[in-house]
Amino acid sequence: MKLQEYHAKRLLLAQGLPVPAYSVAESAAEARQAAQAYLHTDAGRVVIKAQVLVGGRGKAGGVKLAASADEAEQAARQILGMDIKGTTVRRVLVAPAADIAAEFYLACVLDRGARRVLLMGSAEGGVEIEVVATERPTAIKQIHAHPLLGLLDHQARRMAFALGLGGPHLREFVAIARGLYATMTANDADLVEINPLAIVREKVADGTEKQTLQCLDAKITIDDSALDRHPELEAMRDIAEEDPVDVAAREQGLSFIRLDGTIGCMVNGAGLAMTTMDLIKRAGGEPANFLDIGGGAKHDKVAAAMTLILADPHVKAILVNIFGGIARGDEVARGLVDARRVQERHVPMVVRIVGTNAQEAARILAEAGDPDLQTAATLDEAVEKAVAAATAAAVAA
Amino acid sequence: MSILVGSDTRLLVQGITGREGYFHAQQMQDYGTNIVAGMTPGKGGQTALARPVPVFDTCAEAVAQTGANTSVVYVPATGAPDAVLEAVEAGIKTIFCITEHIPALDMLRVVNVVEQAGVRLVGPNCPGATSVGQAKVGIIPGTIHKRGSVGVVSRSGTLTYEVVEALTEAGIGQSTCVGIGGDPITGSGFIDILALFRDDPETRAVVLIGEIGGDGEERAADWIAHNMPGVPVVSFIAGRTAPPGRRMGHAGAIISGGRGTAQSKVAALEQAGVRVAEAPSQIPQLLIDAGVRPS
Repeated sequence: MKLQEYHAKRLLLAQGLPVPAYSVAESAAEARQAAQAYLHTDAGRVVIKAQVLVGGRGKAGGVKLAASADEAEQAARQILGMDIKGTTVRRVLVAPAADIAAEFYLACVLDRGARRVLLMGSAEGGVEIEVVATERPTAIKQIHAHPLLGLLDHQARRMAFALGLGGPHLREFVAIARGLYATMTANDADLVEINPLAIVREKVADGTEKQTLQCLDAKITIDDSALDRHPELEAMRDIAEEDPVDVAAREQGLSFIRLDGTIGCMVNGAGLAMTTMDLIKRAGGEPANFLDIGGGAKHDKVAAAMTLILADPHVKAILVNIFGGIARGDEVARGLVDARRVQERHVPMVVRIVGTNAQEAARILAEAGDPDLQTAATLDEAVEKAVAAATAAAVAA
Repeated sequence: MSILVGSDTRLLVQGITGREGYFHAQQMQDYGTNIVAGMTPGKGGQTALARPVPVFDTCAEAVAQTGANTSVVYVPATGAPDAVLEAVEAGIKTIFCITEHIPALDMLRVVNVVEQAGVRLVGPNCPGATSVGQAKVGIIPGTIHKRGSVGVVSRSGTLTYEVVEALTEAGIGQSTCVGIGGDPITGSGFIDILALFRDDPETRAVVLIGEIGGDGEERAADWIAHNMPGVPVVSFIAGRTAPPGRRMGHAGAIISGGRGTAQSKVAALEQAGVRVAEAPSQIPQLLIDAGVRPS
C-alpha cells in the first residue's frame, strides 16, 4: 500500500527525522490560511503540492510556488480538483519553500535477490531515481544493512562519505540514515524514500545563516502482508483515491486488477491467472482483468468474482480457468451456475475446470443447460473459444 | 534418488491439528509420505491422521522421539516465522513453509538465521515439493504426476500443476517438482534448486517456470549458462501482458522501475540456451526437441 506524502512525512517525524513544517488543506481557503501562517514567519514563499499516489505530479502542474496568501489560495484552487493521471486531487500540502543548497536521494528498499534491506543514496537528488539508475548506475551508491542488527553507524558513514557529506553534515546524515531504516522496520515498509534530502539554508534569529539536512519529500510503501498488525497504517488507506472495483475486490479477498480488454477472466492461482491473460493476448484477444480467486475458492467468492467481472461494461465474454487442487471443481461449477442465474447481464462464458472433482463439475455445468456456456478440456481450447466468443459479440454489437 | 524429499524423508507436520494442516497431512500420508509426527502447542499427547501419528507440543520433542528430519509448516502467518525458527532449533534440516502473507521483513530475518544454521528452507507461500512415487510434502495434488527424469522448479502453484499435467499427458515423467514460492523473500531461489537437480542422477532435464518480478529468472539464466552444460532446460514465464506497477496476486509478482519484466527474463533465458515456451502446452514438445524421450 502506497502512502500519501503527508502520511509518509508523519512516519518520518515519528522516528525523529528532520521534516520541515507542513499543513494539509482540502480547500483553497484552508490553503490560504496555512500559507499565511508560514508567510508570517520568515518564509519568503510557500509551496503547494498535490497529494496523490501517482507519480509525475510536478510535470502535471500539481506543484506550485506562491509568494503571498492570495497566490497560495489561487494555486490551491488550480490544483484541487485537477486530474493527474486519472486521479482527482482532493488535498494539497502547504509548506514553507525551502532555500536549497544541494539535493540528494536516499532510500531504504527491500533487496529481494540479496535478501537484505538496501540503503541507496545518490548525490543526484531531486530527479527521478529510475532515470539515474539507467543512465548513470555508478551515481547510485548501495549498502546492505546487516540482516539481524540493522543499519550500522559505520555503514551510514560510508554512505555519507560516498555522497560527499563527510563534512559538517556527517552526524546529521548518520541519524537520518538510521532513522530511515527505523521507519522501514517500525512500519513494515518495503520502500522508504527521501527525494530530495536537501541541504537547506535557514536564517537564524541572530541574522546568521545555518545549513541543515532536511527531508523535503517522502515516499513510503507498506508491505500489504503486514497491514494486519498496523491498524494505524491501514487507517491511512485512501479509499477515495482507489478504483471502487479495487476496494470491492479487497473486501471480498479477491486479487483483481482491471485491464482494458473484453475478455473477463476468473482463475485460481496468480501464475495461472497471468498465463491465462498472456494466452488470450497471444490468440488475438484482450483480457479485461487479472483475477485470482485464490485457493479453496468457495461458492460466495465465485459469485463475488462474477459480479466484479460483469461490472465492467467492456466485457464481452468470460473465461473461467480452474485447476482444482485445494479448490474443488464442483464448488466452483455450482457457484458459476448460481451466479449466472441471478446476474443481470448475460455474456457468453467458457469454462475449463480440471483437477479435483472435475467430473462432478462437468455434470453440474451440463445440467445447467445454459446455451451460452461452453466448456473446454484444455487451456488452449478454452482461450480459443473465449476469443471467438468475444469477437462474435463485438461484431454483433 | 530425487531432491529435497524422498523415501528417506521423515516428516514432521507443524500445525497438523489445524483445518489446512490436517487435510493436507492426510493427503500426504495417502500419497505414501512417511509422516512420523505432528506438532501443535497444547495438543501434545494426541494422535492425528488415518494411520495415527503422535502429536507433540514442541519440535524438539518431536525430533527426539521420532527422528524427524524434515518439516512442513501450515501455521498461520502470525506464527509461521516462529514455527520455522523452532524447527531450525530442533535440528530439522529441510523445512517447507506453505503459509502465505508472511510480512517480508519477518522473512528476511528468518532466512538469514536459517542460512547460518545450514538448514534448507523452501517457501514461504509455496506449494511444496513432490518426488514422484516417493514422497509429497506440501499441497501439490498427488494425481497429476508420472515418474520420470524431468525436474520441475516453479515460483507458482496452480501454474505448476498445469505444466506437470501437460508433461504427464505427453508421457514425460518427473523426478521432483518443487514450488519455491511467489513471495519477495524466499528461503530457496531457482539457483538453489537447479544446483540440486544438476547433482541428482535421476534428473536429466529441467523445466523452470517463472513469472514477472524480481530478477531470480535472470540470475538463474546466468547460472545455467555457466553450470549446467548439456542439461536441457525449458522455461515458461508468466506475465508477458502484466501491467507495470501492479502486484499480480503474488507479493513478489510486480514490475517496478522497469525491472522484473517477462521480456527481460525471456531474453536472459534464451541467451543462456534455454528454450522458452510461449504456452504451457508447448513445453512437452520443447523437451522432446531437446532430446527428452516420452514413454
